Amino acid sequence: MSTLHPLIPMLQSRQDEDASTLGQKFSDQVQRVLQRSMQIRHLDAGSCNGCDWEIQSLLCPAYDMQRLGLDIVASPRHADCLLVTGSVTRHLEIAAIRTWEAMPAPGIVIAVGACACGGGVLQGSYCTAGGVKNVLPVDISIPGCPPRPQALLHGLMLALDRIEQKLHHSNHEFRIGRSEA
Amino acid sequence: MTDVVTSPAVDLQQLSGGELLPSRVPGETRVVVPLVTLPRACQVIVDGVGARLATMVAQDERAETGSFTLAYTFAIPDRRWMTIECQVPADSPAFPSVTPLVPAAHWYEREARDMFGLEPEGHPDLRRLVMHDDWPAGVFPLRKDFDPSIPVPRVEADPYRFHTLHGDGIVEIPVGPFHAGVIEPGHFRFAAVGEVVLALEPRLFYTHRGIEKLIEGKSLDHGLQIAERICGVCSLSHAVTYCQAAEQILGIEAPPRAAVIRSIGLELERLYNHVGDAGNMCAGVGFMVGVAHGARLKDELQRLNEQFTGNRFLRGLSAIGGVRRDLDVEFAAQMSLELARIAREFGELTAMILGSETTMERMRRTGILPGDLARALGVVGVGARASGIDLDTRRDHPYAAYRDGETARRRDGKTARRPDGQNLPPSPAVGRGAGGEGYSAVGRGAGGEGHSAGGGEGFPVPTREEGDVAARLLVRIDEVAVSFALIQALIAEMPAGPLIAGWTPPTTDAAAFSATESPRGENLHWLRVNAQGTIERYRVRSASFPNWPAVAAAAPGNMVPDFPLINKSFELCYACLDR
Repeated sequence: MSTLHPLIPMLQSRQDEDASTLGQKFSDQVQRVLQRSMQIRHLDAGSCNGCDWEIQSLLCPAYDMQRLGLDIVASPRHADCLLVTGSVTRHLEIAAIRTWEAMPAPGIVIAVGACACGGGVLQGSYCTAGGVKNVLPVDISIPGCPPRPQALLHGLMLALDRIEQKLHHSNHEFRIGRSEA
Repeated sequence: MTDVVTSPAVDLQQLSGGELLPSRVPGETRVVVPLVTLPRACQVIVDGVGARLATMVAQDERAETGSFTLAYTFAIPDRRWMTIECQVPADSPAFPSVTPLVPAAHWYEREARDMFGLEPEGHPDLRRLVMHDDWPAGVFPLRKDFDPSIPVPRVEADPYRFHTLHGDGIVEIPVGPFHAGVIEPGHFRFAAVGEVVLALEPRLFYTHRGIEKLIEGKSLDHGLQIAERICGVCSLSHAVTYCQAAEQILGIEAPPRAAVIRSIGLELERLYNHVGDAGNMCAGVGFMVGVAHGARLKDELQRLNEQFTGNRFLRGLSAIGGVRRDLDVEFAAQMSLELARIAREFGELTAMILGSETTMERMRRTGILPGDLARALGVVGVGARASGIDLDTRRDHPYAAYRDGETARRRDGKTARRPDGQNLPPSPAVGRGAGGEGYSAVGRGAGGEGHSAGGGEGFPVPTREEGDVAARLLVRIDEVAVSFALIQALIAEMPAGPLIAGWTPPTTDAAAFSATESPRGENLHWLRVNAQGTIERYRVRSASFPNWPAVAAAAPGNMVPDFPLINKSFELCYACLDR
């Protein structure tokens, strides 16, 4: 479609003037807060895979989050924030906690999607924790079933603010990290 | 619902030696056999008429009949189903395992053991499957006396015993459950010598959410909200399958216009998956241009989904009795043009992939799934068709607009007409786009003029014989061409009429099942409601369920670094499997 849906906002293409302005501001902020790119670790804690495919689509040329200084990394030890999808199943709960424990401070946790935010349609199941907040300390919640890629980018912008707050309000010990403390 | 006792049905009954029961869906023969003859009856059906085990449903009917029931449903060529049932006494919950005679029953019986505590005697592998080892013994979540509101504690248990190979130079490589990329969780245990995989054992069901139990006691409408969320990328397929099973129970049918809109949605689902998957398979060989174009086109298709249904995964389109959204003339025309453009660009992408000799060389003869093995495991979908098995639920058990008769849309193959009466250009997807330089991507049945949009004999089902990664890519590419043509044909001949049929909640105990062809293969939902109008039992057999063992079977003999490629070529869902 040459005319895009009115709900598909900025950030959708390199050519879009507003998108490039907003994108520039975002990547400047990443640089200012972290003095490098922002590293994201994805963790599927028992989702339907809808949220996960939307996270994957952030890497496609239409959104290309790497141009903003955001990237998905292979290990929680490299991650500034954790994108958690799913309501946290019984079989993944321990692995999810271990993943979070392996992250350096401040270790921002982002709950992605209705299930991660509050259990979604799975409330009352014998096999799920009913949301990430029941297992890990959640900093940012991105609602949606699944959230659109634009909502994910918005959530990541909020996560960056959160990182800045936590770094600003902490002393040196915070930067050293939980696992070494 | 209707009792179809035709002569072939009687033959099937004689074959299995059982007592005839009223069938639940058209074309089903349903017999009950004594417990001791169960394995033999199943074997006779599989060997005698080339049946494929389509699902197995266990039920806790102790309150009504004092026993558990098991029902093995087989798909039989020529649009029929065969169900063999037996009763398992409550005081000795054990049954003779079918697996030694019908290997496809392997996981079904392990699952029934975990969920109902029914012991398959003679089963070769009695490890836990769905419930992991810290789930206490003697607690069976799908029994009626299990209360999901009481938390179940974790228990100390021996770690899962993987099959291990011993010998000089054999190295075990554990991977997962969390992986390095944006992937669903599952554990893989490789045994390798140097680079070569000797054996692979997957340990799955990490994302088990207890959906079959959760849905019990819910209304049919509430159930749809959950069924639609079994899987993200098969959302509509699961929703339509569930709705069709419910409609079967209610004795209603989606109106013709709704059937066509459902089929358009289902083909859009196939398109965004197959297009994205063709690109993602390039990631397995590091051909990143292919990945980027595949992801770009997939996103464009998902935007189209969003414009059509308000959701990038087509959620909310299907309802019990029909659909919630119309496809108006103006948007249909716009969609038609957009799809024609995407089809053209996908053709450029496939030419690029098929023309890359280094890419194709990695894919050829990699991850071979032999046809006889695929048949024995009951494999469905692209995995089956790439190994020479001619099967497609759209043709074999037609539904929605794939049926013959009044809702079937037949296309003359040359000119599709726009709803406003103007001719559309011929679809560039047809016969072009698929074939790259020097390769004919078009297998048997696909491509060329004269696509039939309706179901039945003329329905094109592309198959390949090689069973390797390349064959699975080529089958997908052919299916994309068929889907593009199908949507254009369906848009061109949209019937007028209502979008949804009315219904009232059921007041009698009834059961039915339904199947659709998702991008990954046949999804089969079995649904039973009680006299209160709520769901009594729900069993989901997704395409990923029979196909996961095939992934493990296709890996040995390949390099460890080719496993991601082999895995992507099957492209199965963990969420669909684990439920």
